[in-house]
Amino acid sequence: MISRDDVAHLAQLARIELEASEIDHLAGQLEVILGAVARVQEIAGADVAPTSHPLPLKNVFRPDVIRPSLTPEEALSGAPASEEQRFRVPQILGEE
Amino acid sequence: MITQNASEMAAAVASGEVTSEALTQAHLSRIAEVDVKVHAFLHIDTEGALAQARAVDAARAKGEKLSPLAGVPLALKDVMVQKGVPTTCGSKILEGWRPPYDATVVSKLKNAGVVILGKTNMDEFAMGSSTENSAYGPTHNPWDLTRIPGGSGGGSSASLAAFEAPLALGTATGGSIRQPAAVTGTVGVKPTYGGVSRYGLVAFSSSLDQAGPCARTVLDAALLHEIIGGHDTYDSTSIDAPVPAVVAAAKMRDVKGMRIGVVRELGGEGYQAGVLQRFNESVEVLRGLGAEIIEVSCPHFEYALPAYYLIAPSECSSNLARFDAMRFGLRVGDDRARSAEEVMNLTREAGFGPEVKRRIILGTYALSSGYYDAYYGSAQKVRTLIINDFNAAFAQVDVLISPTSPTTAFKIGEKADDPLAMYLNDIATIPVNLAGNCAMSIPCGLAPEDGLPVGLQIIAPAMADDRLYRVGGALEAAFNEEWGGPLMNKAPSLTGGVR
Repeated sequence: MISRDDVAHLAQLARIELEASEIDHLAGQLEVILGAVARVQEIAGADVAPTSHPLPLKNVFRPDVIRPSLTPEEALSGAPASEEQRFRVPQILGEE
Repeated sequence: MITQNASEMAAAVASGEVTSEALTQAHLSRIAEVDVKVHAFLHIDTEGALAQARAVDAARAKGEKLSPLAGVPLALKDVMVQKGVPTTCGSKILEGWRPPYDATVVSKLKNAGVVILGKTNMDEFAMGSSTENSAYGPTHNPWDLTRIPGGSGGGSSASLAAFEAPLALGTATGGSIRQPAAVTGTVGVKPTYGGVSRYGLVAFSSSLDQAGPCARTVLDAALLHEIIGGHDTYDSTSIDAPVPAVVAAAKMRDVKGMRIGVVRELGGEGYQAGVLQRFNESVEVLRGLGAEIIEVSCPHFEYALPAYYLIAPSECSSNLARFDAMRFGLRVGDDRARSAEEVMNLTREAGFGPEVKRRIILGTYALSSGYYDAYYGSAQKVRTLIINDFNAAFAQVDVLISPTSPTTAFKIGEKADDPLAMYLNDIATIPVNLAGNCAMSIPCGLAPEDGLPVGLQIIAPAMADDRLYRVGGALEAAFNEEWGGPLMNKAPSLTGGVR
């Protein structure tokens, strides 16, 4: 049901550089877990409405007034790297 | 002094019998003495705690009116942010991070004069039922140091059972407050979803996560519940309604005429004999107190566990995307040649533990095109059916009861590499998180076969949290009379002498 290649692909989508041994281990475990959780399909009939959240969610608005917030120093205090009041990140686009 | 209830400690501080500083120092000394064995804490904020305590003492000296728990120490689960105090969620990916702001619950505690001792151990990002998934090593159950203290909030529950703190905060996504309470002989409450602000809680599964009080008595939990509960404009899912009158309910000690439902599906096969024995005895105690006992059926509860292990991983695969090595936390492999994506992949590989990776991958699968309807979509439908089961049950009864956890505390390492066996610990607690209503676990005795605490779960409809405290308070009083004092009196001293 779930192959080693599937797990490698999912890890790539999830941005985790799994080691080969982890992929092997996970493929076996996910097979077992998915086999167990697939039971939800037994009772999920077309006539049952889905519930995504326990509360009826709606947009919540507040008056558009300025209120205190973090200073740039506070906001950057946990940054792995920063420069000129900005987060410094590795290159996102290629050189070309 | 440290064996008192929080309400007794608060009264002693208010009357001037003891200072908050001395009370706080007594707990810090206890932590220094026993936490090397228990490992409930990931960080102890000695200076911060003593400063908060002195502030309460100064306020009292000036004649200011103190809040009901002013000056009493508390242990904070490490999933809640506290300004300037390390917050790791039990993960290497947040090692060393000091949040620049307070969670709403932390602000409320500070305003109420509650003294925050430090941050407690937990399964990484609250994913687990044993606290073995912490990147910083497991917490040990004070009743038997070779056993788990429950999870994910095992540090909070252990700190209470070890008398390192009289109060703690936990968070529950599937059972992370109630199951740790059950296996440590303490009290834990998952309030109604939206009843306590989630602002400043590091999110695991946003439609399920809820913070709640942990204590050694029902009244102490109620006092804490009233402080942390209530509407918060910083959380759009916070319910804009008054906190149910939980303190008054905890003091009622009367269940005469209440209709109490025993859930047929939460018991029987898979439950330890001693757990069922103590549960059945509790049912008779309630009957003796004048409650009407009715058996009810919730036929879809058996599908709650599979639904949960699709919904929670799905939401976590999205929520944990924020740990991307860009703005805070760990960054691995940034050699100015690697791309942001490569650095992200390496950081998440190094920073997340096995259970977190397992759930992120599982959630990514359940949400992927072609599988979404069969897995996540079906799980959402099961959620509806479970809500319908609760609605039908609460049409017949005021509260539901069941064992909290199918077993007492198991040995550390026993289920460490068997995810499905581990997931079964939450079989009785998960339906409540899926439906968003509220529940409590209180101790109902020791299992005869192993002498370890057993928890009883009380479940009430959304925003009827007061009913939990009414039933819990009455049952606790009856048990204390029967046992000749609180169950916790029987807990090991951990020092070989008198506590």
